[in-house]
Amino acid sequence: MEIKKERNENVLTIKVVGRLDTTTAPELEESVKESIEGVEELIFDFEELEYISSAGLRVLLSTQKVMNKQGSMKVIHVNEVIMEIFEVTGFSDILTVE
Amino acid sequence: MAELTIEATLENIPKVTAFVDEHLEELNCPFKAQTQIDIAIDELFSNIAKFAYNPEVGPATVNVEVEDDPLSVVITFIDHGIPYDPLKNVDPDVTLSAEERKVGGLGIYLVKKTMDDIAYEYKDGKNILKIKKAIG
Repeated sequence: MEIKKERNENVLTIKVVGRLDTTTAPELEESVKESIEGVEELIFDFEELEYISSAGLRVLLSTQKVMNKQGSMKVIHVNEVIMEIFEVTGFSDILTVE
Repeated sequence: MAELTIEATLENIPKVTAFVDEHLEELNCPFKAQTQIDIAIDELFSNIAKFAYNPEVGPATVNVEVEDDPLSVVITFIDHGIPYDPLKNVDPDVTLSAEERKVGGLGIYLVKKTMDDIAYEYKDGKNILKIKKAIG
């Protein structure tokens, strides 16, 4: 997995490349923690994300909870497999997916 | 049939995935099914790595078989750790809001929803968990 972050004033875009699973999710969690202060709009760009397992869902959930308090969060460019996972787990209702 | 016996650690998940994927590719498994199987491996093998022998480390065996009619792959995870039936977990309430959600419990639920069949048995001191996915 590779994480590409781009900060533009209060907007943070996090691009996640590869696989977001048990072994890589802690790295994303750490990376989000480092950068989330003062962010009012957080965008996860999943264009190059192959898949996500429950470990990755947990990071999205905890990040959504933080952003509920300090601004907004959305997930963009989600592939078919990941979208189905969001739907099955009810994450499509919790997250803003575009 | 192919079999891999490996130390059940989180670091070894990519090796298990690579082992299974190699067989799925030989079978021309569709990309979507392969991805769902890879996710299932992450969920199930990480459970074994975290809980089966905790705090020790022990081995796990992963076995890949093919069934016909419809063409399906059956993957069996075997460990001889603490008896644990993940199918006894209560399914999480997927209608709750972000604030009400508990962190966890989603992994097995996800596997149940994306595989065609999942079965557990405890036999001869072993946890045996089988998943089946049609790849035709």
